[in-house]
Amino acid sequence: MDQTRSTLDLFNNVDLTTELRLGLPGSDGKPENVKSSLSGNKRTSSEMGSSSCTDENESRYSPPTKEQVVGWPPVRSYRKNILQVKKTESEMGSGMYVKVSMDGAPYLRKLDLKMYQSYEELIKGLQVMFKCVIGLYSEREGYNGSQHVPTYEDKDGDWMLVGDVPWEMFISSCKRLRIMKSCEARGLGEFV
Amino acid sequence: MSKRLISGADQVLENVLENVLIFLTSRRDRNAVSLVCKSWCRAEAHTRSDLFIGNCYAVAPRRVTDRFKRLRSVYLKGKPRFADFSLMPADWGAHFTPWVYVMAGAYRALEKISLKRMLVTDDDLAVIAKSFKGFKELVLVCCEGFGARGLGVIATECRNLRVLELNEDEVLEDEFDWISCFPSDCTTSLESLCFDCLESPVNFEALEKLVARSPLLKKLRLNRHVSIQQLYRLTSLAPQLTDLGTGAFGLQDIIDPQQPAYQEPDHGHTFAACKSIVCLSGFRDLAHEYLPAIFPICANLTSLNLSYAHVDAQQLKSVIRHCHKLRIFWTLDSICDEGLQAVANACTDLRELRVFPTDPSENAEGPVSETGLLAVSLGCRKLQSILYFCQQMTNAAVIAMSNNCPDLEVFRLCIIGRYRPDWVTGQPMDEGFGAIVKNCKKLTRLAVSGLLTDRAFSYIGQYGKLVRTLSVAFAADGDTGLKYVLEGCTNLQKLEIRDSPFGDSGLQSGLHHFYNMRFVWLSSCRVTKQGCLEVARRLPKLVVEVFRRDEEDGGERGDFVNTLYMYRSLDGPRADAPQFVKIL
Repeated sequence: MDQTRSTLDLFNNVDLTTELRLGLPGSDGKPENVKSSLSGNKRTSSEMGSSSCTDENESRYSPPTKEQVVGWPPVRSYRKNILQVKKTESEMGSGMYVKVSMDGAPYLRKLDLKMYQSYEELIKGLQVMFKCVIGLYSEREGYNGSQHVPTYEDKDGDWMLVGDVPWEMFISSCKRLRIMKSCEARGLGEFV
Repeated sequence: MSKRLISGADQVLENVLENVLIFLTSRRDRNAVSLVCKSWCRAEAHTRSDLFIGNCYAVAPRRVTDRFKRLRSVYLKGKPRFADFSLMPADWGAHFTPWVYVMAGAYRALEKISLKRMLVTDDDLAVIAKSFKGFKELVLVCCEGFGARGLGVIATECRNLRVLELNEDEVLEDEFDWISCFPSDCTTSLESLCFDCLESPVNFEALEKLVARSPLLKKLRLNRHVSIQQLYRLTSLAPQLTDLGTGAFGLQDIIDPQQPAYQEPDHGHTFAACKSIVCLSGFRDLAHEYLPAIFPICANLTSLNLSYAHVDAQQLKSVIRHCHKLRIFWTLDSICDEGLQAVANACTDLRELRVFPTDPSENAEGPVSETGLLAVSLGCRKLQSILYFCQQMTNAAVIAMSNNCPDLEVFRLCIIGRYRPDWVTGQPMDEGFGAIVKNCKKLTRLAVSGLLTDRAFSYIGQYGKLVRTLSVAFAADGDTGLKYVLEGCTNLQKLEIRDSPFGDSGLQSGLHHFYNMRFVWLSSCRVTKQGCLEVARRLPKLVVEVFRRDEEDGGERGDFVNTLYMYRSLDGPRADAPQFVKIL
């Protein structure tokens, strides 16, 4: 078979006694657009795109859109939901999940550092998550005055006070977080 | 019909027959037996204990209880499969309620109920629990309408419960602690407990105690709220498990008030204790660093479902190379063609493969392609069933599979981009699917996709003599295609077609066959109301339903019907059809 035979030839040879409509019959008024079969083809889209339209004499082929057709592909809805979550995660560059524990709390959580843009936001997030008060960071005194002190384990395995290094450096080196009781965290502040 | 007294001799013959028929289990054989004569029909009805009804509207409940007096097990199916993809209006029907009330009155000894795609309420579950004293097995697949409350009644009342399986159901989140409803004072008879589809957390403490007092438990499938720590506690209590759904298999909230600091669980030992596990699934929130924990049991696995986990090729390779006995493998396409090659290398005994799409949109980068399909066909020669989602495909790869895997019974290829031709040659996918129907002589189920012309359907009609189920979507050619299928596929039972230009004349060509089918579904095609009326007129025992997917559908389709769903029925059109469903 001639390898260069194009899809255009196909339409010349097939007997199209019925009007060929690739567009979805407009069942629900929504602009559900159908990609033309030819533009979907990686190889021949450039040569096929316009000629097919003139063949048909009507512009039945709407430009391809990202809009999903109902029930297509045939994947069950709850599977789609799960995949949606994973898709969002991968779109965000697979997130940056670190484990977060708080002394005395029964729960260990996971937190995506990419959700935050600054220390302020992170602290706020931690306060909400663990229902505690951490307070403000000051370079000189650390988190003096608050019951809970946020610390993190860095790439080298050392436990550091959250807030000491610039934010960008922090999120690239933070492996896990631990909210310590301020009495236990005394030693850390001194490494600033 | 005049009543005829059965003579003594006839009665003896019937009794003898009954004693023989007790051993007949295949429902097809039983159906054949019941057609021999009235006597045989009676004898068969007396001895049938397992009943399968493929379409709950094909027959009224009372007709069933009149004919079969001694049922132990009933399997009912409701909505057609396309309902799973939001193509059916929400309250279309398939109610279990009328069935449960009629059966409750007739079958005191009923032990097992399996339902698929039916609407089941908490009240229905309560009726089951209270009516069938020795009730043993409840299996609900793709059902909805009930919540944890209904499960609680089952757990409380059914003291002999062996099997409770929830499989892909939509369970109402009513935050009821049903696990605690199991009797706490004695060991249970539970052999199978599956709730992996449940969206809400279960009471873990109660679950742990339940597993501890269920020595017969073989199959346990947990939902995603069970963390890996909790899983380890359960498996150590139930080393006799053969089928495990692992829950999250990742770190979630753990409750351990005794230990302020986090402790890593002992991965190495926990699964090593479960020497009997042959079927593994779950991984609903997989933490990849824990995957090696399953290595000790891989060599025994016959079934592995990773399709809820985003596993890449390298991660898969580390697992699959141990899985020599694997027969069933479900995965996401995140494993890529490279991962499929690894499967082909390791799993020479594979019978069933399902590859689901991570990204279901049409312009996505497809991680799997014809390369993966070809690799699988070369490595897994005993393949019987395949479901493969991809963005692109070639005829050559499909033809190769038809030649390499002659045992194929189920071939479902979904090229996500609609109307896509063979991307190498630019040809329609006719030859590929043609080769499948031609070379795979045992083929009973086929789903087609991609750019297809009438030729594909002529192949299907010509060679697909054993095909019972055919699924078609966005097929691009005219009416003749449908004609080929309806005239050629003599064993066709279930036909589901969407968005294809098949019209009235195609539909008419099946008039000789529709009574032999379980159902025909045509949505967004070119069938007119007149065409449907004609069918309804010619075939009075066929229930011809016409409806739209969505009540608020604007935009008329002119004369075309949105959805046509038709099926034979012994008891006429159903009484519970909602307003928007028209029965012609």
